[in-house]
This record gives sequence, C-alpha cells and structure tokens, in this order.
Amino acid sequence: MDKGGLLTVKNNDPVETLRGFFRDLLEKKVVEALLIPKKLPSGDGYCQTLIRNPEMLMDINPVAPTLPVQSARIISHLTITDPGCKIGAVLKSCEIRAVIELVKFLQVKLDRLVLIGVDCLGTYEPSDYATMSREAGEGVSITGELLRGAREGKIEPRKGYNLRLACQICEYPIPQNADIVIGLFGHDPQREIFVQVRDHLATELAEKGILATDVEGSPSRDMVGKSLTEERMKKRDEVFDAFRSGTKDLQDLMDALSTCIRCHNCMVACPICYCKECVFRTPTLEHKADRFLRWADRKGVVRMPTDTLLFHLIRLSHMVTSCIGCGLCDSACPNDLPVATLFRAVGQKVQAMFDYTPGRSVDDEPPVATFREDELQAESGTL
Amino acid sequence: MEDFEPRIIAFLCHWCTYTGADLAGTTRQQYPPNIRIIHMMCSGAVDSIYILKALIDGADGVLIGGCHPGDCHYQTGNYKARRRMAIIKEILNQVGFTEDRIWLRWISASEGKLFADTVTHMVEELKKLGPNPMKKLWVA
Repeated sequence: MDKGGLLTVKNNDPVETLRGFFRDLLEKKVVEALLIPKKLPSGDGYCQTLIRNPEMLMDINPVAPTLPVQSARIISHLTITDPGCKIGAVLKSCEIRAVIELVKFLQVKLDRLVLIGVDCLGTYEPSDYATMSREAGEGVSITGELLRGAREGKIEPRKGYNLRLACQICEYPIPQNADIVIGLFGHDPQREIFVQVRDHLATELAEKGILATDVEGSPSRDMVGKSLTEERMKKRDEVFDAFRSGTKDLQDLMDALSTCIRCHNCMVACPICYCKECVFRTPTLEHKADRFLRWADRKGVVRMPTDTLLFHLIRLSHMVTSCIGCGLCDSACPNDLPVATLFRAVGQKVQAMFDYTPGRSVDDEPPVATFREDELQAESGTL
Repeated sequence: MEDFEPRIIAFLCHWCTYTGADLAGTTRQQYPPNIRIIHMMCSGAVDSIYILKALIDGADGVLIGGCHPGDCHYQTGNYKARRRMAIIKEILNQVGFTEDRIWLRWISASEGKLFADTVTHMVEELKKLGPNPMKKLWVA
C-alpha cells in the first residue's frame, strides 16, 4: 500500500517548495540523477533535463505546463542499458503510461528508475506557451495560473488559449504506477502539497528526514481527481462521437487526412512507435517507375507520393492497441490533422476487444504479443 | 457486373496451406484462376502492411492461409495471425470499411479439396460484393 505525507509550502511558492524536496532527494541520495523539466535560458519554454548536481536545480518546474517531447523515449535511452545509478524521473501521467507500455516491449527497464508522477494540470502547445510567456512578461507565472484551480479541480487556461486537446480529454489527471506522486489536487497549493509514496520508499524518505509519511490519504484529492476524470470523459466522448459521425467511409477518412504531407512527424513523436527501422523509412515502398505507371493506368490517376492512407492504417494496426493518448502526434502535425483523435477513437474499440488498457500495469500483456487458444473462433470463418 | 472477375491475393503458409494448394493441383482439383499466391513461411509472418497494401492497391480480396490451431510449425504463429486479422478488421470497421474482403482460413497440407472449395467460395462471395471500392480511391 502507498503512504502519504504533506509538504508544507513556504512563502506561498509551491514550485520553490518542490525544488527543496527534489534537492533533498538528490543530496540524500534517494536518487543519484534527476530527469526533470527545467526552464530554457530563453525563458519561453521548458525541456527535460538530466541533473546530477543539486546546485543546478534552479529554474526546474515539475509542474511545467508543456510537453515538448514524450519523456518515455528519453527513459528508454537512459535505461535500456544499465545507467549505473538510480535515476528519478519526474513525469506526467501520460509519460508514465508510455513508460509502462515500453517496459512490456522491452524498451525500458524499471530496476534503476524511480518514477515520480505529478498531478497533471494539463499542457499547452510549446508554441502557445512561448507566445503567452512573452505576452505575460516577467514575474507572471503561467504555471501559477493553472495551479490556482488545482484545489477545486477547476483548471482555467489563460484567456485566449486552450490546453492541448489530448489534455482536455485525458482520463488520467492523477498518475498511476509512480513510486512517488506529487499530489496537487484537492489541496491549497499555497499552503501544502500532498505526496504519495510507495511503501519501500516511504521508510527511506522518513529515515532520511525528507518526508514524514504520516497521512492516511487525501480524500479531497481523490474527490477532485474523480470529478476531473468524469468531466474529461464527457468531453472525450463528445470528441469521439463527432469523429465517428464524420467518418462513415474510407473517403471520409481520406478527406480528414487529405492535407497529410507524409512528413512522418506523428510517427517520430509517438512514444509507442519505437522501432529503430520503420518500414516507412526503408526502400520497401519505393517502387520502380513502371509500377507507379501501372497503377496510374488502372486507376486513371494516382496521388504522388502514394501511400498516405496506407501509412496511417499501418500505424494504427501496429500500435493502436498501446496508444496511451498523449496526443503528441497532434502536436507534431504541421497541418493539424486529427491524428490523435483517430488513434484514440479507433484505439478505444480495438483495446476493448481484448479488455486491454494501455499503461495500466506492467503485468497486462499487450494484445499483439499474446493470444488465447479459445478466442476469435469466428475470425477463421467457415466454408 | 456480369463479367467482373475478382482478383485475390493469397498469403499462404509454407507448412500447411501452401502445400495444401499444391495438393489441390496434383490431385487435379478445379478452382477459379482468380488467385495470386504469395508463399510465406508462416501465417504469423503476414504483417498487416501486406494485407492493407494489397487492398489499397486494388485487390478485391486477401486470403491468409495457415495451419489449424495447434498445428503451427512455429507453435503459435497462426494464433498471432488471428489476433492481427481481428485487429485489422476492427480498425477498418471503425474507419468505415466494413466489407468482408479479408479471409483467414485454416487449411492443412492434406486438405487440397478444402483449398479449392475455399477459393471457389471466396470468388463467389467477392462477385456478390463487386469490385473493391478502394480501386477508385486515387488519393489513397
């Protein structure tokens, strides 16, 4: 069972208080390196950083409201060979779920990893964040604006902007499967932060004087988390319904994808697309001229380059069962195609076939890696 | 529609269905010539890209032939193929392509007659369905 503790916020500055907590983790060797979002020198964005020197923790922001890259990819690089020390990774809920999926595909090893989740207030597009930080000017905390709604679970994005669609329809504001969770919901972030810790770490944190885990749990946080989840599921269903009613046949799908320029950004951004050599990056589909001419002959006209629909359908068939819905494909798309909605809406149905929830547990076998002898009998038909 | 002859791309496993197709030939079973066979080592080796590319490029049907459950030369390839087919079909279903053009069948090396009957039956069914609408999708 998990244990809980409360961090008292000093000077009404929750981010500063968390900085102290992370400094303790590093200095007292709970972790020997920390992967954590830190403000860029330009001041208009955040990036993940790997920090070993506790003196370099200035400008870190575990609650950073942007998701420029999926950290699950970074975690894969850091753990696929033994890093030789314990790494604490401060991640958003969707990043932890992607990590869990990658563990199952043998791309991440958990043994040297301390997963630190943070209750997620949602994220802005990095470009939006850059604009609004310039607009807001010095001394205005965009993170602080979002934090204000954490207690009641009424998160108001900055006027004139919106959180990423993936965040608006995310059912997991509270991270699961983390060793330490920074709980922001249901408490006044100016006064206290609830920290939930796995049993094995709780003793260590208490012994080292970092956190007394003497709180049962946080009913107010659970309540806010529940109502946020419900609210977002409602929004999610609306988005899915709109997508489904607009996609009655393949032509509709192609119309939705018609401005795809085959940049493959969605694939590059996707944490689940981990193959080192994707078939779409090989010469497999680079046919000889006569082949294209023959298709042109048969259809009268073919779009060049070919394979737009094939690309999206293959990506669906290869990874939709593990799509955790981080929406980075949407953010990466230069033409604003509804790729994340496509993946999540189709994924919901395909995952349900196998009663599979990606990111739920490392013990759930991914549908493409396993089978049951007595299932899907109708699939092989009868004469 | 009378003279529509469907074109079927078949991916057959080396150990069972491909050999079954051979047997259909050596035992002089008659079946329609609408099928183009691609030899695979296992039905589990048929990636979804082969099936979808065949359909998008205008095949009217795709047949995947594998060993009966429990008979896979590689133990479990056919079970995995079955999951993969189910996933592809559900994806296509979700994006509005509900036609039954992907057939997965278990045909052993000794079932030459079953192979011939399967092809005959599939051609009949595809004739009822008509040409694959993806043939006309030039933007695909």
